[in-house]
Amino acid sequence: MDGISFTVRKGEIFGFLGPNGAGKTTTMKMIQCVSPRSGGTLRVFNLDPEVHPDAIKRRIGVVPQETNLDPDFTCEGNLVTYARYFDIPKDVVKQRVNELLTFVSLEEKRDVSIEKLSGGMKRRLILARALVNRPELLVLDEPTIGLDPQARHLIWERLKLLQAQGNTIVLTTHYLDEAARLCDRLVIMDNGKILNEGIPSELVQLYVGNEVVELEKSEDVLACLRDMGIPFEEVGDTVLIATARAHEIARTLLERCHPHKMLTRPATLEDVFLKLTGRRLRE
Amino acid sequence: MMAAAFFSMPRITRLAWHVWRRNLEVFIRTWKVNFFPPFVEAFLYLLAIGVGLGTYVKEINGIPYVNFIAPSILAIAVMNSAFFECTYGSYVRMYYQKAFDAMIATPLSIEDVIAGELLWGATKSVMYVVIMLGVLSLFGVVALPLALLVIPVAFLGGLLFAALAMCFTAITPSIDALNYPSFLFITPMSLFSGTFFPLTLLPAAFQYIALALLPLTHIVAIFRMLSLPAVSWTLLLHLGWLLSGTAMLCVVSINLMRRRLII
Repeated sequence: MDGISFTVRKGEIFGFLGPNGAGKTTTMKMIQCVSPRSGGTLRVFNLDPEVHPDAIKRRIGVVPQETNLDPDFTCEGNLVTYARYFDIPKDVVKQRVNELLTFVSLEEKRDVSIEKLSGGMKRRLILARALVNRPELLVLDEPTIGLDPQARHLIWERLKLLQAQGNTIVLTTHYLDEAARLCDRLVIMDNGKILNEGIPSELVQLYVGNEVVELEKSEDVLACLRDMGIPFEEVGDTVLIATARAHEIARTLLERCHPHKMLTRPATLEDVFLKLTGRRLRE
Repeated sequence: MMAAAFFSMPRITRLAWHVWRRNLEVFIRTWKVNFFPPFVEAFLYLLAIGVGLGTYVKEINGIPYVNFIAPSILAIAVMNSAFFECTYGSYVRMYYQKAFDAMIATPLSIEDVIAGELLWGATKSVMYVVIMLGVLSLFGVVALPLALLVIPVAFLGGLLFAALAMCFTAITPSIDALNYPSFLFITPMSLFSGTFFPLTLLPAAFQYIALALLPLTHIVAIFRMLSLPAVSWTLLLHLGWLLSGTAMLCVVSINLMRRRLII
């Protein structure tokens, strides 16, 4: 990590966006009091993770990137065992486990062993497990990684619900649509640094503009754009033009450059992300 | 890691018992598979070595051979159950099941988790010894009630082997590499610790090495004093060795695991 600085406000969904190896997971592990830091200041609920890990961990819920449910227990058994690590009284556990299984729609899988669950069910159970201590802060590392669209929507919906109930949520993702949909504010990270911070729509506005015109790349089109002095970017076999007046530009291009295919669309966080972190493939 | 860091006193809380209880619950759910082996093992040893070999070796130093090896069977059970639990068992929980990662996201610290694992390893030794002691008592080859005292000593010895195992788990590059300590250390120890023949038959130099470095030697010696019975003041020396060895290994193993999992 290289001199990162951020503040998460109570009640917001705060995102860490970045390519693989950007340092998102490391940041999460520092917040969770697992990884030590070599310098700098970190406060979670105004407490230092290295001095009061126990007090902090009682108040946070963690959804790790890797599925680490206990394969020796059923769905219910996983939640009950985990609740015990928080010293939650037995009678409270029973009721809370019922609530949580309902919350993540797994009531029917109560007595099913972990290996019989689908990927989406496992992620939902991990979310339920992270909520077992009624955390004020929820830390999610790639909450919907590898899930089908239905399962992702269900997780998103639940996270929005949790926010509405007053939870603060910090998450990492490299799904841009997820970040745009969920986050109130986010930072874009790369190589252990924070490149930018802001509200998703404002970042898009700031770095790309309102809209994007996409054209199929050909020599004629490129030459035509250069002639007209319109700034553009080449991505694979497409040409992107960021603009505030997409329709106007599109009409002009249609008349003057005769592109094969063309479309206009609103600018997205993905445009910002690629602009800031480059298009080089990450390992 | 500085040498002193290996010996720094870990902060362990009572939360460690939650880890112990998690393992106990899994164990109880599969109790049939778990209780059968020690039961059979006691019979096999008694039959093969006690009766088989005992036909030729009638007695050692005036002690019937079966009575001579009965405490060794118990001591080897202490060693094996704790050692294999905290090598292969703990490694699977740590590496394949990522169970420790899940636990340290709760108020449990890594020190609590490892302490819970060690306590569990020792508990397993106690359970195995209790079962085998029952079988041996039926054959009348251990002297009750004094032999019951092997149970608390089994906990201490189990804790020692659990901690020793955890040291290997903390430094092993893979689960296969755990075969090295098992075959090069544990197997020879079960043969050369005064188990099936008296230590005094070995060259003097080896006797010193066994007493200085092989924990099983001390467990066998104590168990034999209690089960024959033939108690002498040297029991305190063996007990002292076990206590200090256990304390040291517990501290080192927790620090090694902390290094493996955190730093």
